[in-house]
Amino acid sequence: MSEAIKAEDFKQIGSRPIRPDGLDKVTGRANFGADFSLPGMLHGRFLRSPHGHARIRSIDVKAALAVPGVKAIVTGKDFPDVEPGDIQGGEGGGDYHDMAVNVMARDKVLYHGHAVAAVAATSVRAAEEAVRAIKVEYEPLPVVLDIDTAMAPDAPLLHEHLYTEGLPEKPARPSNVAQVMESSRGDIEAGFAEADVIIERTYYTPTVHQGYIEPHACLARWGQDEQSTVWCCTQGSFDVRSMTARVLDISVSSLKVIPTEIGGGFGGKTTVYLEPVAIVLSRLSGRPVKLVMTREEVFRASGPASASKIKLKIGARKDGKLTAMSAWMAYEAGAFKGSPMVPGVMCVFAPYDVPAFKAEGYDVLVNKPKVAAYRAPGAPQALFATESAMDELARKLNMDPIELRLKNAVRDGSQAAYGPKFHAIGMEACLQAARAHPNYKRPLGPNQGRGVAVGFWFNVGMQSSAEIHINEDGTATVIEGNPDIGGSRASMALMAAEELGIPYKDVRVLVADTEAAGFTNVTGGSRVTFATGMAVIEAARDIISQLKQRAAALWNVDADMVDWVDGKVVARPGVNVEADPLSLADIAAQSAKTGGPLLGRASLNARGAGPSFSVNLCDVEVDPDTGKVDVLSYTAIQDAGKAIHPSYVEGQMQGGAVQGIGWALNEEYIFDAEGVMENAGFLDYRIPVASDLPMIDTQIIEIANPGHPYGVRGVGETPIVAPLAAVANAVNAATGLQMTELPLSPPRILAALEAAKG
Amino acid sequence: MKQHVCSTVNGEPVEFLCAADETALEVLRDRLSLTGTKEGCGTGDCGACSVLLDDRLVCSCLVFAAELEGRRVTTVEGIATPEALHPVQQKLLEHAALQCGICTPGVVVAAKALIDANPNPTEEETRYWLAGNLCRCTGYDKIIRAVMDAAAEMRGATS
Repeated sequence: MSEAIKAEDFKQIGSRPIRPDGLDKVTGRANFGADFSLPGMLHGRFLRSPHGHARIRSIDVKAALAVPGVKAIVTGKDFPDVEPGDIQGGEGGGDYHDMAVNVMARDKVLYHGHAVAAVAATSVRAAEEAVRAIKVEYEPLPVVLDIDTAMAPDAPLLHEHLYTEGLPEKPARPSNVAQVMESSRGDIEAGFAEADVIIERTYYTPTVHQGYIEPHACLARWGQDEQSTVWCCTQGSFDVRSMTARVLDISVSSLKVIPTEIGGGFGGKTTVYLEPVAIVLSRLSGRPVKLVMTREEVFRASGPASASKIKLKIGARKDGKLTAMSAWMAYEAGAFKGSPMVPGVMCVFAPYDVPAFKAEGYDVLVNKPKVAAYRAPGAPQALFATESAMDELARKLNMDPIELRLKNAVRDGSQAAYGPKFHAIGMEACLQAARAHPNYKRPLGPNQGRGVAVGFWFNVGMQSSAEIHINEDGTATVIEGNPDIGGSRASMALMAAEELGIPYKDVRVLVADTEAAGFTNVTGGSRVTFATGMAVIEAARDIISQLKQRAAALWNVDADMVDWVDGKVVARPGVNVEADPLSLADIAAQSAKTGGPLLGRASLNARGAGPSFSVNLCDVEVDPDTGKVDVLSYTAIQDAGKAIHPSYVEGQMQGGAVQGIGWALNEEYIFDAEGVMENAGFLDYRIPVASDLPMIDTQIIEIANPGHPYGVRGVGETPIVAPLAAVANAVNAATGLQMTELPLSPPRILAALEAAKG
Repeated sequence: MKQHVCSTVNGEPVEFLCAADETALEVLRDRLSLTGTKEGCGTGDCGACSVLLDDRLVCSCLVFAAELEGRRVTTVEGIATPEALHPVQQKLLEHAALQCGICTPGVVVAAKALIDANPNPTEEETRYWLAGNLCRCTGYDKIIRAVMDAAAEMRGATS
């Protein structure tokens, strides 16, 4: 990788221009998933399981087919059997066979809301009437709704043929535990024996939802030539293509996916629910079919984030130095294997340099919807445990919580608990910034408390493509394949403009479909500005090398006799050229004379993603009469490597902080004993609203990532990791309680306060 | 039996036929092709479908289409003029106060209604007025700053 550019040399990077798609999005012109229609289009609706777990005895669609306007009905038998195989792409684990069965149930329903049939009709009302007319006979089975029940030796099984993976030998009996994993280093027994203080607790987090405001939506058109087109709101158009092709057993070349604007995803729109069903309905009816989830369906039948149970033990000497850490970590996968247990195990001790540790993880099936990725999948649960315990340790040692963390922080050269040696990381810089922050010194009143917590995420690179087309007037169009979920067009335009030496406003950015853009992995893993940005920079450098060749040809000198300086091709010192330096526009105007249109491209599998650390400070006030928590002040400090567009980096930090505050204080799926979610709407599943919150203060730290030409590291996921413990630690400081189960809702806090009174 | 409704949408007279149980949101999006107004929940909890009904802020998913008879509706498409964005729209852009943009149409309409009703809102008033507009991306910080900035600019422009 080329050397990082020094910050002071940037001309446009780090500025805050208006995003290229801004006008469309403030005027209502931008088209999202549900906004597309076609002539002759049908509307589809789903029949979903009324049981948490049941065998399907029979499905009778005769009466439903007779409803006027109904054109097609599909059930599990209309879908091919799909061979097992690890899902490639997307974000988060799972299996293709399971994905196909999740899209449409076959012999069993595995959670309340599982799709059983779908109808396409000339109106939504007709489709709904037909759904009500479908008769299904079920044989209800016992439901399993939590980790302890699912892991019990005599637990009812979700899948009779699922055997635990990751054990030394194949177990004799099937299980609800899909996978176990262990990660360890050093002598854990000796480490705990050496400790002066030991903290040992069990922490619980509930099932929560990403809560994107736009429900899943797609429009599919099948053609008699077996070419299909899908418009959908997704984080990964190429993932929708490959997953849908796999579920329907068709080739990827028979499917074009056109990504619409996307109304939030946070990891939840990295898989398929609707697209395969819409294509089959379109094939059977010969008409385009639109499927849009209701909000209730989003809660019941898309992929929430794992509930977790984590037993954590940490030991330290009197001086605060950690001696050993151990964790037993179980994550709910929902009805099919593939929770983020593995990244949870990998990151639970990542912020700390500890001589001995052991973490064991369990991927546990329960009768809930299959989980999907949610922003740093697995990490918020893991670090809620670690950072809660670190806070308790600081109080036991009577030590400043930031001081305790500084004493144990990983730094350059530390061996990460998950394997590699850290290089150029910002953990210490974030801690020091937090200690120096004015919000760390704000006086606190009665019933108020302050919490500190560290956040971490690995970040990923993966595959990206980019093309840059130069117009005849020297302006540029960037073509890439990552749906813009939070302002990434602005980052791409800034990087292209910086490289090409042209104004930001002269760069257009097109998020193209699967036939117009080169293959590109999902918008996820905090990878877009890092990896696709790297592709844009390389595509621009491809243009620059062509510009040098063309200028050299015009000047009749060798290409190595010219340089690219300040946005222009110039002759090297000593080269005798009687001409002014040539800009991109100068050469573009003469492209016909110099070899044709200018087109740059790059494709890569980006290595060198830099992990991002954060420190959050949270002040709360707890009402002792009601148990209600008010967040008084919140400060997010995070290493961005290099902030390409600082406003959108701050936006990631603020948005992630507030999602984490919601996870800490309010949000949870509430199930009845039969596995029916009782709060499947935004009234009862309450995400934070504007009046719940203060301003979210941010401080961007920039420790350049040596793995990126501009020093960029991903910023999108780390922000949600620290808030769970930062809020809980603040509540504990305010109340003297030691809360270990989220959410910290008023009834839970009130009960704990009552219990503490004795 | 469909109902025949005459209404004014974004200053223009419109006529449409609708079923008795059809919502204003469905008619705006599916019959009038005004897809700028979004459906996030259909139960009046998220504010993505906010419109002005005779200058009053409502969730269009909670209004029957038949209720639009003789009324004036303003949607996000009717906020800017051909010459310029509304200050709320301009300030949302300048403050980078949108990420995915799905809540933005509702926020634009609600914030315009706020400033029309209260040209000098405090931060607390702004937060409570916009409490019905869910945003999952921004944490609201930049939205609140943008709306207060727009109000300040409009006060300057009109004083």
